[in-house]
Amino acid sequence: MTQALEGFLQALSAGLLIGAVYGLMCVGLGLIFGVMRVINFAQGDFMMLGMYTAFYFFTALGVQATFGNTFGPFVAIVLAGPVLAVFGYFVHLTLISRVSGTRTSSLEGEGHYAQLILTLGIALILQNGGLLVFGSVLASIRTPLSSSAWELGPLFNDISVFVNKARGIDAVVSLVTMLLLTLLITRSRVGKSLRAAADNPTAATYMGIDVDRAHRIAFALGTGITAIAGGLLATNYPFHPFVGVEYVIVMYAGVVLGGMGSIVGAFWGGMTIGLVQQMSTLILPTQLQNAAIFVVFLLIIFFRPQGFFGRMVERT
Amino acid sequence: MRGWRSLLPIIVFTALYAVVSLSVTNSYYQLVMTLVPVWAIFGLSWNLLSGYTGLISFGHAAFFGVGAYAVVLGQIHFDLSPWIMIPIAAILGGIAGLLIGFPTFRLQGHYFALAMLAYPLAILYVFEWLGLQEVTLPIKRDNPIAYMQFADHRLYTLLALALMLATILLTRAVERSRFGMALLAIKQNEAAAEAAGINTLAWKLRAVTLSGAIAGAVGGFYAVVLLVVTPQSVFGMLVSAQALTVAMFGGVGTVWGPVIGSVILIPLAETLNAEAGSRFPGIQGVIYGLAIICVILLAPEGLFWKIRDFMRKRSAAPVAASPGKSDITTAAAELVPLRPKRSAGTGDVVLEVRNLSRSFGGLKAIQNVSFKLRRNEILGIIGPNGAGKTTLFNLLNGFLRPGTGQILLDGREMSGRKPHELCEAGIGRTFQIMRPFLRMSISDNVVVGAYVRARTDAEARQLATDAIARVGLSDIADRIAGELTTKELRLMELARALAGQPRILLLDETLAGLGHDEANEVVAVIQRLARDGMTIAIIEHTMQAMVRLVDSFLVLDHGAVIVEGEPEAVTRDSRVIEAYLGKKWMAHAPH
Repeated sequence: MTQALEGFLQALSAGLLIGAVYGLMCVGLGLIFGVMRVINFAQGDFMMLGMYTAFYFFTALGVQATFGNTFGPFVAIVLAGPVLAVFGYFVHLTLISRVSGTRTSSLEGEGHYAQLILTLGIALILQNGGLLVFGSVLASIRTPLSSSAWELGPLFNDISVFVNKARGIDAVVSLVTMLLLTLLITRSRVGKSLRAAADNPTAATYMGIDVDRAHRIAFALGTGITAIAGGLLATNYPFHPFVGVEYVIVMYAGVVLGGMGSIVGAFWGGMTIGLVQQMSTLILPTQLQNAAIFVVFLLIIFFRPQGFFGRMVERT
Repeated sequence: MRGWRSLLPIIVFTALYAVVSLSVTNSYYQLVMTLVPVWAIFGLSWNLLSGYTGLISFGHAAFFGVGAYAVVLGQIHFDLSPWIMIPIAAILGGIAGLLIGFPTFRLQGHYFALAMLAYPLAILYVFEWLGLQEVTLPIKRDNPIAYMQFADHRLYTLLALALMLATILLTRAVERSRFGMALLAIKQNEAAAEAAGINTLAWKLRAVTLSGAIAGAVGGFYAVVLLVVTPQSVFGMLVSAQALTVAMFGGVGTVWGPVIGSVILIPLAETLNAEAGSRFPGIQGVIYGLAIICVILLAPEGLFWKIRDFMRKRSAAPVAASPGKSDITTAAAELVPLRPKRSAGTGDVVLEVRNLSRSFGGLKAIQNVSFKLRRNEILGIIGPNGAGKTTLFNLLNGFLRPGTGQILLDGREMSGRKPHELCEAGIGRTFQIMRPFLRMSISDNVVVGAYVRARTDAEARQLATDAIARVGLSDIADRIAGELTTKELRLMELARALAGQPRILLLDETLAGLGHDEANEVVAVIQRLARDGMTIAIIEHTMQAMVRLVDSFLVLDHGAVIVEGEPEAVTRDSRVIEAYLGKKWMAHAPH
């Protein structure tokens, strides 16, 4: 009994910490998807690039020397965000903008076909280009904190919960990033233009908002944020050039769970995925962890397709 | 005859491909020659669902994988030959399609696409958990042919080609039948398709079942060719991506698309892999990705359509100079200034609406509306913006369920029925926002509306031809809808509604966006329809054109009927003037 409870609490805490990082990852995609309505298959691969960027910042570009082994990785991870944001900006400028935004009206299926295949193409290039450049050896951004833990408790009945220190800091960084983003979106002028462009692109255009520019900013922000989330994950999980495929599904599940178009929703969606994944280890064999995610995903899609925070918009 | 001649390119292509494949001796390239038709078939299967209905599926690997595992496990556990198991795989794939389609078709757009993504991946993990990480087909040395194991690998290519040819023929048969027309109509506008009498859910389920069956069969064949099956290689995301890549690259919604895509992309990727894969791992993926990006930027709807549009432009340029003069102008000449004397208003009641109400949350869109529509009558429904006119039509043709009240068609209660059932019962309608099928000719557009009445394709063609003649578009019936003017599109939509031989026509702002003369031409057509015995309810915003046309008016404001009666009386009614212009103008109104 005590053991079961301890296991439960342990899984719960692990789920909350992983969930916070998944949440941030989903927010990145949710921002792009919510504002542009583009299904971006390359998001996982942008994340992979973020992981490698943080990795090289840490090992090759002096972050390790300046900030040390313990906190250097987190500095490198946060630095990777802006780099990937710039990358995302140019990907949108040169590629995505040609098949999305105000140009889609002339394309069949509002350009969805073209967007899908374009982002699939980008994903292919990034994955295989990554293999060419980075090689297939597993890399990781480890800090000594990755293998040490805080002990919470004993809480009651001698039950104590262990919290991995790196994961704890990951969750904090993730929450702070989320908070800053929320401030940016709700308070700033840029944030307003993003929300307007998401809500009604046509009306936004009439109000003098450059919708294509808003899309570009959303794409850059979304890419940068997912990159940071990727770096945070990399403190505990080793990665390789094809790692994006594993996470892009989690991202979409989270975004749909939270309700497409809702940034806060995407965060809670990601959090839910993290919890489901960790809690399912209590009752399911580990191979079925991910199957559990998809089952929950399907259930939610059927019973509440608008997600936790989304709203249904029907147009005839 | 025409059908057979158009088969020629397909047969020539298949024959040429067979000849080339027979001359290849290198065993690796032999495998590539086999994989091209395999992925082409898989692309065709994807195309059948997603290309024609516009519902993008990321989950076709689910069907592919089910087929592949069925074949391998069938031989291992029951010693069943692939010759038997591939047809069974097709059946299983079809069942999987039905099981997945039924719940998932409730979702639309992005939700559908993403839900489809989850199926194969969930199955993937289950298969890994079941311990089926790597399953190999047992080699049969005694009787290899009976187990589809050929010493000469070129036979696999020929078999794959035969399967591809069969799939192409099947797809073409679908494309040209009411099946294909229904799917295209769904793609353009599901609501309009329902209103034209198409049971959209039933057709989508047929499409996903057939698509799943093809994918299951080709998955089974793929397992036979490769001998080894792993969850990643048949359920993985790259498998689903392969289907969509070849189809979208080549061209969506055409038989040729997946074939073109596969013929170009598969050898490209495989050759790069073989030539440069060892020195530059991943180079094939990079170049493959670049090729896809280039094509999609230059031809976003796929190569086939780009080429076809290019050819069309070249051949159509000289012809377009002489557009056929429609006989509408002659029809306009007979526009009668006064309402023709018909026995209107005295016929039997065809449609009776009693105390109909519907609200959206707190908004009462329709309140307690009652009216009768008599045979051969033209009823004008007018009212200011937001009065509930279109909502009323949506209730009448089944897009919306009434909150309370009754809709009686020939005395039979019809409220709450689905749109396609109401269409079958004789209610046809057009839309305020036009939804033509832009790539199709006028006659093909109209045929879609005819299937609700016609039992055979020939009968549907006949009904369509008649309907086109009734609106006066016969001379330009072969023109592509994308080239038409607003007036011609309005008439085409009218013909589409007529083709289903409705007894009542609901016309939603048919005159919107037309100039004065054009509006008169369309009014003339409507008058002729009425003279021939049609019962019509027409929504208009403005009264001018209507006064001459209708027998009586129903004026709505805030969802309720404020006045009903003869045009002369209604236009002088103070309540109508108030509703349109507001209280302030009452004093200026003529009394």
